[in-house]
Amino acid sequence: MNCRGVIAELTTYLDEAMDEVTAADLERHLDACKKCRLIVDTTKKTIEIYCNAEPVPLPPEVRERLHKALFERLGHAH
Amino acid sequence: MRIRVWLSLPDSPAAAKSTAKQSCVLRIESRAGTSNVKVNVTPIPDVNAPNAKPLPSTVVRDDESALVAAAKRGDLNAFQELVTRYEDKIYRLAWNITRNKEDAEDAMQDAFMKAFQHLAGFEGGSRFYTWLVRIAVNEALMKLRKRRPNQISLDEPVTTDDDLMPRDLQDWGPSPEQRYERTELNHILTDAIEDLDAPYRTAFVLRDISELSTEETADALGISVPAVKSRLLRARLKLRQKLDPYFRSKPS
Repeated sequence: MNCRGVIAELTTYLDEAMDEVTAADLERHLDACKKCRLIVDTTKKTIEIYCNAEPVPLPPEVRERLHKALFERLGHAH
Repeated sequence: MRIRVWLSLPDSPAAAKSTAKQSCVLRIESRAGTSNVKVNVTPIPDVNAPNAKPLPSTVVRDDESALVAAAKRGDLNAFQELVTRYEDKIYRLAWNITRNKEDAEDAMQDAFMKAFQHLAGFEGGSRFYTWLVRIAVNEALMKLRKRRPNQISLDEPVTTDDDLMPRDLQDWGPSPEQRYERTELNHILTDAIEDLDAPYRTAFVLRDISELSTEETADALGISVPAVKSRLLRARLKLRQKLDPYFRSKPS
């Protein structure tokens, strides 16, 4: 596999959805290519940082308004 | 990171009716392993329905399809339970797509409203959550288009593969995000994601923030699996690029 191949397969590789043979091929390239190692590593960190970031909290007043609206409007329909 | 949490409730019908403190087991599964934690929970009595029969124990346990079936029959309490289960996730999703508090709130309200009205059309072929996400994504995108009618195209921008190859690469070190305070980090992450075109942002939000599978993301967006992968690749690489100046070991 070459650098272009690593980019094309990056998402499949990071999502662990790659078959073993292709993954081994890709990893052989990573062993030899520092540039691709950095791409894989920093892209993986990008995903992890977003994944671990503080979730946007649902403000209590927004939740209250949601339930009020739903049950006022849906409650009348039934 | 993906974590599954299960709460096992007592099995006996008497315990299911009781509002006394009950001992339950919280099971937490992650890649790191599984742990079981004993917790005491106090069931909340349904004050609105004093004569209501207790839910069958299949509903008390984690049988979502029973809740959906009850909601389909017009049972608002069952629907309320579904709303409570997913409101945090749906709000986060709507906020991440619209990047605006008012729009996120409206999109969430409209999504739950439509979900209830169209429950009959939910076949149960997919998870209820995926079905709900699809409705919420549509509502959020509608709000986004209303606010910025000229800027929002859901078609993928025309790009060539040459844009994709990252240049000027540098190591980020082990935990680059720890170099920033929480507020500052949130600003950096928010600015970067806000800059993405809507099709890329939506794919990234569904797959990497809402943690849907690639198939579920395709289903929610009404596009093919290869299209999701292509958008996801571009979204991830673009975000990588935008975060790079902040996280590289030797800041430029």
